[in-house]
Amino acid sequence: MTARQPGWIDEALREHDEHHEHAAAIPDREQQVLDRIDRARRRRPKVREERITMSHGAGGKATHTLIEAIFLDAFRNPLLEPLEDAAALAVGGARVALTTDSYVVSPLFFPGGDIGELAINGTVNDLAVSGARPLYLSAGFILEEGFPVADLTRIAASMHDAAAAAGVQVVTGDTKVVQRGKADGCYINTAGVGVLDRDTDLGVARARPGDAIIVSGPIGDHGVTIMLARGELDIEADLQSDTAPLNGLVAGLLDSVPGVRAMRDATRGGVATILNEIARSAEAGVLVSEEDIPVRPEVRGAAELLGIDPMYVACEGRLVAVVPGDQAGRALAALHTHPLGVQASVIGHVTAEPPGIVQLKTAFGGTRIVDLLVGDPLPRIC
Amino acid sequence: MCLGIPGEVIEVLPDQPDLARVDVSGVRRVINIGLLADDPPVPGEWVLIHVGFALSKIDEAEAEAALQFLEGIGQAYADELEALAESRIE
Amino acid sequence: MKFVDEFRDADKAHALAAKIAALCEPGRQYKLMEVCGGHTHTIYKHGLEDYLPESITLVHGPGCPVCVIPMGRVDDAMALAAEPGVIMTSFGDMMRVPGSKGSFFDAKAAGTDIRMVYSPLDSLKIARANPDKRVVFMAIGFETTAPSTAMTILRAAAENLPNFSVFCNHVTIIPAIKAILDSPDLRLDGFIGPGHVSTVIGCRPYEFIARDYGKPVVVAGFEPLDILQSIYMLMLQLSARRAEVENQYARVVPWAGNATALQVIGETMELRPYFEWRGLGFISHSALAVREKYARFDAELLFKVPGVRVADPKACQCGEVLKGVLKPWECKVFGTACTPETPIGTCMVSPEGACAAYYNYGRMNRHRVREAAEVGRS
Repeated sequence: MTARQPGWIDEALREHDEHHEHAAAIPDREQQVLDRIDRARRRRPKVREERITMSHGAGGKATHTLIEAIFLDAFRNPLLEPLEDAAALAVGGARVALTTDSYVVSPLFFPGGDIGELAINGTVNDLAVSGARPLYLSAGFILEEGFPVADLTRIAASMHDAAAAAGVQVVTGDTKVVQRGKADGCYINTAGVGVLDRDTDLGVARARPGDAIIVSGPIGDHGVTIMLARGELDIEADLQSDTAPLNGLVAGLLDSVPGVRAMRDATRGGVATILNEIARSAEAGVLVSEEDIPVRPEVRGAAELLGIDPMYVACEGRLVAVVPGDQAGRALAALHTHPLGVQASVIGHVTAEPPGIVQLKTAFGGTRIVDLLVGDPLPRIC
Repeated sequence: MCLGIPGEVIEVLPDQPDLARVDVSGVRRVINIGLLADDPPVPGEWVLIHVGFALSKIDEAEAEAALQFLEGIGQAYADELEALAESRIE
Repeated sequence: MKFVDEFRDADKAHALAAKIAALCEPGRQYKLMEVCGGHTHTIYKHGLEDYLPESITLVHGPGCPVCVIPMGRVDDAMALAAEPGVIMTSFGDMMRVPGSKGSFFDAKAAGTDIRMVYSPLDSLKIARANPDKRVVFMAIGFETTAPSTAMTILRAAAENLPNFSVFCNHVTIIPAIKAILDSPDLRLDGFIGPGHVSTVIGCRPYEFIARDYGKPVVVAGFEPLDILQSIYMLMLQLSARRAEVENQYARVVPWAGNATALQVIGETMELRPYFEWRGLGFISHSALAVREKYARFDAELLFKVPGVRVADPKACQCGEVLKGVLKPWECKVFGTACTPETPIGTCMVSPEGACAAYYNYGRMNRHRVREAAEVGRS
């Protein structure tokens, strides 16, 4: 079959026969199969491929499987297990958050920003949504032989501006150069440290049935902008990346609603990925309504043309927050007062059933599942 | 694969008359209208776009007729629901 | 979005559902096939089966051009991609279709130059930009897409492009429908006819279904209301004991089809004597090949393709799903060994495949919306 570890089909068929005994007790054949699927989904993740593919970088199923099966397995410790955007650490009496990110976006310069700005904002955001006040960043550069110095200067200037806007400083870094062809111009790796000086306990596992799910603005802007900026598709649109530092927005939200359960910034894999992370961690259901999800008409149009779903498209300056249901109004009010949160809206709720599954109520009135992304429709988005 | 999207013709490219710029919800793309050579679309007309080609013109009159039919069905249903709500058989 | 949103109104759906339910004869079961993969996708995406009474079953047909490509042809495509100096270009849906040694996606991971394109014209662009490489376009699709490939070949000919060719896997819909009609496994009552294929071939080619087999056909659009209205029109015919071809998608489909499109297909391509369809076996005159006049654009002549017939893996039941004999969840490996991220067969790979549609959308639509049917019956 495909380049996969051998024997996996036989293994699955064996399991099918094993479960057949158990399943035969259930009269409804279709329900049997659905149960089989649920059991299969809950199994320990295993990487079946022999080589890394672009899917592993898409932020969807393959990425999650890779992280759980290889990295979590290798490094396993309680600090890593929550797999949140930043790790919460106790260091000499202080509580700090630590995060790391790498930026491989192509093209490096695009409407609304560049790789440098993305790197600063992305790192700041991972800290902010973990409830930390972002303070210090590191920046490691991997440069390709032949990369124009003028471009590097531009990127550094962007990073300076972005850091100033976010109120953080780049305090250490590293530079490596690799031969022509071994890196695509410039890759940036960052780490960020922030101080956890709020009494918050954030994490998607804390989501409860009845909680409201809020998104801070229209989704998909960044991913579609990048797709179009690659110039391969001959599509013109008035779109910009939404890259922005969210720490101000988050602070405003936490000041007003200290009971926020969880926050994430929607990057690779889009809002759909976060919704799935919520459902899986909290072992709850998520039900969102298509009509309530803000999407710019141009993003919708481009997505229709390309046959992709905005729910899976990366953002770089959008917050997804889970708040107790009765505090949704307060949360929205707080977000609306900030320039980045003007279009914040409640897109859905956490439900008790079915656990681990995200559903979308379509404008048409039907419901469908929004699963983790499979494959990689938009590579190298961030 | 059956993916066909309606788009509005904005302009036919002056130097390449088998190409036209179309608008889909604010997004613009140049597509090939060569398959409609018998009756080329003009700005303002709508076409069905499939893998970079216009396959057919969208007939606004037919679309209107289709919507009228649906409106009619919808109204009849609404009337019936109302009647159902108002009738009592006890 | 104009011409889209108006056809997604839930209230009108309930209205249509009530009318459909009212036309069902008590005690009778109806089996309607939607041929086109795009229709399968819409049906599951919008949970349309919830709007139908239990006596109507929708059977999913073989109209997914990715799904019907046999593994041997995928292997041929992979061999082409692996040729030195070749850039293979393909639509996104083909990228993860598994052959016996992997998919385009796997090959790409191993270093083969395979690029996703949105249009065959993008492929031409790549050819122009890479004169030292030979660009091959993996042409798939029914008559909907064949005209675009044809136009591209004509363009390449006009420009005298020396480094562009097409690996032609276009298939035609009528032989597939005929194979379904002649299949002893199925007893269908009517057809929801292909939408976009019909913009090219028109509605007349379906007349034999009504005339020779006595089954009604309604050519349908792709929005949920289009499909519901088409089902309503089919039920009207069935209750009146009529069997005709009707066009619900008249806003897009001209009865006579697109003469220019048919002409360019005829100019650049010809019917193969026979072609293997996954699940349906060999069907005569069901696929297109590049004409001799354009041989310099025919990848099968320019390169050596293995041309080996590969049987589907024993566990794969795509064939029966494609014929509508099995529902996706009835396949032994559905959801366990065969999932969207680890697909065994094409029904799970293509977004239009019945299995992918059911896995991604349909699984949760078990709690049927009965209110429309209830109102209809009361």
